[in-house]
Amino acid sequence: MVGRAQARGAAVIRRTVRYLDERSGGAPFFRKALRYVFPDHWSFLLGEVALYSFVVLVATGIYLTLFFKPSLAPVVYHGHYLPLKGRELSEAYQSTVDISLRIKAGLLIRQTHHWAADVFVAAIVVHLLRIFFTGAFRKPRELTYYVGLLMLTLALLEGYAGYSLVDDLLSGMGLAIGYSVLMSIPFIGANLAQLVWNGPFPGGQDFESRLYIAHVLILPVAIGGLLALHLTLVAARHHTQFLGPRATEKKVVGMPTLPAYAPRTLGLAFAVAAVLFLMGGLIQINPIWQWGPYHVSQATNGAQPDWYLGWLIGALRLVPSFDVTVGSYTLVPNPFWGGAGFPLFVFGVLFLWPTLERQVTGDRAFHNLLDRPRDAPWRTAIGVAFFTWIFIVFLAGSADRMFVLFGLSYQAQIWAFRVLVWVLPVVALFVTKRVCEELLRGEVVEVRRKLVEAEPA
Amino acid sequence: MRYALLLLAALAFVPVAAGSGTDLYGANCIECHGPQGRGIPERGPSLRGVGARAADFYLRTGYMPLGNPHDQPHRKRVQFTKRELAELVAYVASFGGGPPIPRPEPARGNLAEGQELFTEHCAGCHQIDAEGGYVTNAVAPPLDRASPVEIAEAVRTGPYLMPRFSEKQIGDDQLNSIIRYVQYAKHPDDRGGWSLGHVGPVPEGLVTWFVAVVLLIATCAVIGQRIRS
Amino acid sequence: MKRWLIALLVLLLGRRRRRPVLDEDARLVPAGSPDRRAENVVLLLFGAATLCAIAFPVIYAWDAIPNQTQFLGLAVGLALAFVSAACIVIGKRLVVTEELEDEYGDAHPDDQEALEQLVDESGSRFTRKKLLLLAGAGAGTALGAAVITPAASLGPVFDVSSLYRTPWRRGIRLVDELGNAFRADDIEEGTFYTAYPEHADREQMGAPLVVVRLEPAELQLPESRNGWAPEGILAFSKICTHAGCAIALYRKPTFPAVQPSPALVCPCHYSTFNVATGGEVVFGPAGRPLPQLPLELSGAGELRAAGNFSGPVGPSWWGVRRHGARP
Repeated sequence: MVGRAQARGAAVIRRTVRYLDERSGGAPFFRKALRYVFPDHWSFLLGEVALYSFVVLVATGIYLTLFFKPSLAPVVYHGHYLPLKGRELSEAYQSTVDISLRIKAGLLIRQTHHWAADVFVAAIVVHLLRIFFTGAFRKPRELTYYVGLLMLTLALLEGYAGYSLVDDLLSGMGLAIGYSVLMSIPFIGANLAQLVWNGPFPGGQDFESRLYIAHVLILPVAIGGLLALHLTLVAARHHTQFLGPRATEKKVVGMPTLPAYAPRTLGLAFAVAAVLFLMGGLIQINPIWQWGPYHVSQATNGAQPDWYLGWLIGALRLVPSFDVTVGSYTLVPNPFWGGAGFPLFVFGVLFLWPTLERQVTGDRAFHNLLDRPRDAPWRTAIGVAFFTWIFIVFLAGSADRMFVLFGLSYQAQIWAFRVLVWVLPVVALFVTKRVCEELLRGEVVEVRRKLVEAEPA
Repeated sequence: MRYALLLLAALAFVPVAAGSGTDLYGANCIECHGPQGRGIPERGPSLRGVGARAADFYLRTGYMPLGNPHDQPHRKRVQFTKRELAELVAYVASFGGGPPIPRPEPARGNLAEGQELFTEHCAGCHQIDAEGGYVTNAVAPPLDRASPVEIAEAVRTGPYLMPRFSEKQIGDDQLNSIIRYVQYAKHPDDRGGWSLGHVGPVPEGLVTWFVAVVLLIATCAVIGQRIRS
Repeated sequence: MKRWLIALLVLLLGRRRRRPVLDEDARLVPAGSPDRRAENVVLLLFGAATLCAIAFPVIYAWDAIPNQTQFLGLAVGLALAFVSAACIVIGKRLVVTEELEDEYGDAHPDDQEALEQLVDESGSRFTRKKLLLLAGAGAGTALGAAVITPAASLGPVFDVSSLYRTPWRRGIRLVDELGNAFRADDIEEGTFYTAYPEHADREQMGAPLVVVRLEPAELQLPESRNGWAPEGILAFSKICTHAGCAIALYRKPTFPAVQPSPALVCPCHYSTFNVATGGEVVFGPAGRPLPQLPLELSGAGELRAAGNFSGPVGPSWWGVRRHGARP
């Protein structure tokens, strides 16, 4: 009986394989693909966390598009939520309130979608840190790295667009700030802003329609396409690996897709989905029904962007008060430094890094083996300093809440941050470099000690 | 004779403060606000005409007495008994009259109107869910512990740096709505789960990193391997 | 008919598994020992996942269950978590974990050369390659520009004049949210009001005002703004000159001797504007003072604009100092 069941199972597989290969010619490809070798360090799975978050985003996103109304047409709320009853809202805001408060499972899917966005960007950042600190961006993988950075940029825009579609008080304020940052770009800012918004802020239905199409079509397709390119490049060159007993620059060692890797990556996929849906159900995020609708003449204290834009609000608050003018021409309005210059600089450095490192070290060889962070003390130290710099700016963005919670003077904090933001990275640089060097020295001592102990007496 | 002495001894234990607004004022307020609430330059403003409304607000919240006139008053433990409070309030109210303690009726307010008015007049400082906020040089406190009477008193008085909204600007009916909303905001609709304090994306970002990222990195660590030496 | 039946029977029953006989050496995946305990764990996990997943539609349909979002999230989340755990157990205990080797790819100098040669020889008939390339590039660029040109229809990219325009001009009455005109008597000290231009669209940056009253003796307006604040009533744009948020905070001292002066504050980055001096920046990142609107009183005591703002409203841009505000 058991043999019969197994036989039937095998028959199904055989029939399927034969059918597909005859019609696609794919058997040689699949044979190679299913035995493709994946180096198996745990930190190589971080990119997949981002990938699976993206899958959850698209799935939950599609569901939301079936209910969301991307229209600013005014409508009166007649639902059960009392604080909004009888008030005039935009259809966009009302449909989101409906999804959250009236449609069954709507809130679960909406919250999962929003958590997935936050986690998507966080996973990309953690993945980026891994790539950076292990030198995985080096030749021949620079292209993969650039594609990844591009995806990060698009992910930031995509998230911002997504939560700004809702036309609630909080995101509306965020859009005004985005508009102002665009306006602050020297020479062309105002023109660009008029283009994007079809006139001055708030832009009305034209802007909402564009934001919607950008968020549900243009950006996801762009990210999806780049993702496919990114994964293809990774597969084509094989994944990098750490030095090991058999792992060398020439030989990649790891587990094959089938049977070892597939269940593991599936497990990770389900784990990501599990965490996101659990958070979506148990932890409230962006309760827009509490914020109320957006009006140009209204604002609330404590408004913040989603975490991945927090570095920008910190920067905007830290820059002292000045517009750079040349006669009557305003060359650089104030928000430019924190809102545009700062991120442009950060991404500029990240994009240029492989080139910079290659120039400075003169290293033009292929690198399939990864550095442990300590193996490249300068890169690690500069990286830690750089990310410390960004992080301090990020912290400055919550100085007002620190004041409310802990009574630390806001002005004092701003001044403290203005100093720390330059001092701490320098300190971090030297401390990190020292730690790396000490760790390396310690290993040399260990090896020598082992050699000495192994010698016959 | 013995009974007279006992009576005298008993009287000695009666607290001096009881029944004496003047004495309470003398012990706690006069140093900054001066005799008869005239005010002392650089130390304390005049209390003439502020009425029971303002006095009651500042005293029942513990805002007053204030140690240093340059400090921001904030809620603290009230050191007076209910009776002492009443005495002190009555005494301060006696300085040139002034408005009485208000009697708001939040149940008669409209919640939607309340949120609209709160957004317009209050949320800029106190935050849309009344969780408090920052105003240059001061904190606009969270309102979770404010009672309806305190809210009404604060709105009409404008304590410390807060604006002062009269009946002309915010009618009593509208005030009822605002108070109803503030009461509601203490326990808003949090059907999405753990509310994280109703302050928006900052705690959401903390959860993203300290819950999701930690859990998922841990999962990666379980699935993957470590560097083999 | 009978023949067909027999044929069918033979077809169904006569088929035997013709498994290829492989010897151990030809195994693609190495053998591994079974682990029934792990299998039981996986069965349990799948079972638990099934139960949780089934719970989802039950909770969904059963309205009486409160906290729907939480329970739905738990149901699907736990189901996914159990499946994940099952996959991980399978991966770590029920399939063989092999350590295989493969070659890292190199560059392919022969193919690269061939490609170079291909391109070179493909163009071997051309006599004026550079010129043709230039012409082609020119055509391509021009075409690209042509294709992009309709993007200019997205908005007034070359016309920024609307950035100077506000709906205010002399004589327009200040009204509240309900459309009632503000009278000077309505404006009290120690508080702030939001005003809009009568009959204008309110959802534009040039519309909302914040109105406050100071004692005339407290005013320290520049000479050019003499008369802008009748009875000490001041009107400013409600839109912050830093990044466009509504200035929804007003700070008024109860005890001016020790407390900071009256100021309007923006809740986004805390730009603080002194009202007595006509909106100058005293704290925060705003690069321009808050535009002030001159006021006048009508015969009936109503507040009206006496002109346009002292400068363009809203965030700074390259031309913000080149012209004043225009109606």
